[in-house]
Amino acid sequence: MMRTESALIQRYTRSDRVNHWVVAITFILAALSGLALFDPIFFWLTNLFGGGPWTRILHPYVGLLMFILFIGMAIRFWYSNRLTAADRQWMKQWRDVIGNHEENLPQVGKYNAGQKYVFWALVIALPLLLLTGFVMWQPWFTPYFSIGWVRLATVVHALAAFCVIVLIMVHIYAAIWVKGSVRAMTRGTVTAAWAKQHHAAWHNEISKGAK
Amino acid sequence: MALQSLDIKARSATTTPSPAVRETLKVAKLIDVSKCIGCKACQVACMEWNDVRDKIGTNVGVYDNPPDLTEDSWTVMRFSEVEVQPGKLEWLIRKDGCMHCADPGCLKACPSPGAIVQYSNGIVDFHEENCIGCGYCITGCPFNIPRISKKDGKAYKCSLCSDRVAVGLEPACVKTCPTGAIVFGSKDDMMRHADLRIIDLKQRGYGNAGLYDPPGVGGTHVMYVLQHADMPEIYHGLPKNPTISPMVSLWKGIAKPLMSWGLGLVALAGFFHYVTVGPNEVKEEEET
Repeated sequence: MMRTESALIQRYTRSDRVNHWVVAITFILAALSGLALFDPIFFWLTNLFGGGPWTRILHPYVGLLMFILFIGMAIRFWYSNRLTAADRQWMKQWRDVIGNHEENLPQVGKYNAGQKYVFWALVIALPLLLLTGFVMWQPWFTPYFSIGWVRLATVVHALAAFCVIVLIMVHIYAAIWVKGSVRAMTRGTVTAAWAKQHHAAWHNEISKGAK
Repeated sequence: MALQSLDIKARSATTTPSPAVRETLKVAKLIDVSKCIGCKACQVACMEWNDVRDKIGTNVGVYDNPPDLTEDSWTVMRFSEVEVQPGKLEWLIRKDGCMHCADPGCLKACPSPGAIVQYSNGIVDFHEENCIGCGYCITGCPFNIPRISKKDGKAYKCSLCSDRVAVGLEPACVKTCPTGAIVFGSKDDMMRHADLRIIDLKQRGYGNAGLYDPPGVGGTHVMYVLQHADMPEIYHGLPKNPTISPMVSLWKGIAKPLMSWGLGLVALAGFFHYVTVGPNEVKEEEET
């Protein structure tokens, strides 16, 4: 008991976790309702939201809420996600990444390059979704825009949403794939061995600071 | 809005066949702009038959009244004062409303199963009880026709009196038109009728008279005889070569299937990565 506890490292604070999960919940709701409106193949998802009109009514509010909550996350994690030369090297060795050959990769800080690119893609995509979403928001805002803008916004909204959904799928899979990661966001801590193996540079930094 | 039908050619957001055992004759409404006197009897007949009443508006300085299509006004006379030749003023009056495209952009864009149907007779009809109010029909329409109601959030437009046509009557606007500017019948008959009108107009000095049945949307089931068919834009911006916007085709024709398949592939790729490469576990024994 004592041994495991001493080997745990704090990765996310309580407020980090709450922020992450409120964004995650609004994302799931926005993605499911958005897919329902995007392709008839997913129209059955409207049942989760009380039917077609309710899905249409709720989707923009959920999306807006997600954007507002994400601002907090963007500010929190901005600093740790700055890209470095080592990140480019990491991306070049993507084969080692997906093949579980981490030992060949450069030492990773708090976030690896994949996580950083997900972060920056979200930082770009969410404002795009917000702006184009306003242009598509019936009946409140669409009438103020010309049809050309509405059509462009519709296509950009779909594209940006697709990218975000794919990124989040990868993000969720990565958490399942790299064992011991989920507890970072559910309980706030990771084991020292996990940190050493996946985020060696971060681990060194933390251990130095502790000393 | 119409009753249950057995002659549905296409249904929004639906990939399986719709009830289609009954095959009906292709119909068309022909509007002869050269015969229109702008009396607006068709607007009155439309609101009477369909039993919708627009709000009393204010005069905006032109004869167009109301100034635009609304959820309650499914047809509006558009008045254009044009000098086709310098010094020769022409007053062009076009009855605006749904064109009932053979390739309807509204139906292509609609995400809600059965909110928009196209009958085998060519009429494109909105079934408002299935409408979710997203406005994609407006995004898809090349003619700027559907309007969303402020009252109930549903989209409305001309139904070509599908309820009347289904029982062998002509649309209300056709029945009331005092000059015979609006006629209704099979699409073939209406095209022949138009040919005769165009011959007549050409003899009267309108050398560019012609039929407006734009091929870019597969032809329409509401057609115009225009005195100046070479310049449809002068008729209050009637588009010269209307098509479903490339943006809408990109959205519904390419992005939709590619992205949906893409999401499925990503999910599968993740699953098979896990069962082949396997999870990435912490190798080092935990130390104190």
